[in-house]
Amino acid sequence: MQPALTRRGALGAALALIALPAGAATEGELDAAIREQVGAARIEDGGITLRAPVVAENGGQVPVTVLVDSPQTAAQHVSAIHIFATRNPTPGVASFRLTPLLARAEVQTRIRLSEEQRVIALAQMSDGSVRRAVAEVRVTMGGCLS
Amino acid sequence: MSGSLATPRIRVPRSARPGEVVEIRTLIEHPMETGFRQDGGRPVPRDLLNRMVVRVNGEVALQAELRNGTAANPFHVFFLRLERSSELDFTFTDERGRTSRATARITVG
Repeated sequence: MQPALTRRGALGAALALIALPAGAATEGELDAAIREQVGAARIEDGGITLRAPVVAENGGQVPVTVLVDSPQTAAQHVSAIHIFATRNPTPGVASFRLTPLLARAEVQTRIRLSEEQRVIALAQMSDGSVRRAVAEVRVTMGGCLS
Repeated sequence: MSGSLATPRIRVPRSARPGEVVEIRTLIEHPMETGFRQDGGRPVPRDLLNRMVVRVNGEVALQAELRNGTAANPFHVFFLRLERSSELDFTFTDERGRTSRATARITVG
């Protein structure tokens, strides 16, 4: 009896370990991922547009556009754009390092969303300020676990 | 986990006027396996491209750090303003350090 229980216990523990990384990130993990990219800078809304579908049929391929109001000159430009998926197993999706060689501060990409969630785009400006845009995306079929 | 990375596919205009804004599209075939997915009960090992570097005439114009929220077959669009004929170089790197590269030329004049 005792060995059977132990085996079941071990199996349960193993399953829990496998399942763990697939769960949604916590608020703390999201905040840590954001701070890892932009440090302690104050984050302000406005001056940045995040375009994403209201409903994504396929969470594995969600088109996202981030566009920041910036002349993209040597003196004044966007130095980085970061995208976060608030309820993916790991919230950091991608970071883009921009230069004044770009005609405008715009990046289009395709991301994975495991479930309905908020997507956050942050822009780091050359003066050190950070801008934020948020989009809520409903997902018909999740894109991380299928 | 194939032996080598696919070659990136790049779509750029062949020519542009000086100062014109040109759209650049990049696509590279890659599963972008997160390591979270299972196939027949077995976890599929993580296999990710983690970097894209775009150079214009040797100078870095855009760098991307891709993480596991980037979709399979990464596709990106961005915009350049070119004042002179330019050589564009696109290099993708995976987490094991393998690279794949493509180049394109835009004639400006």
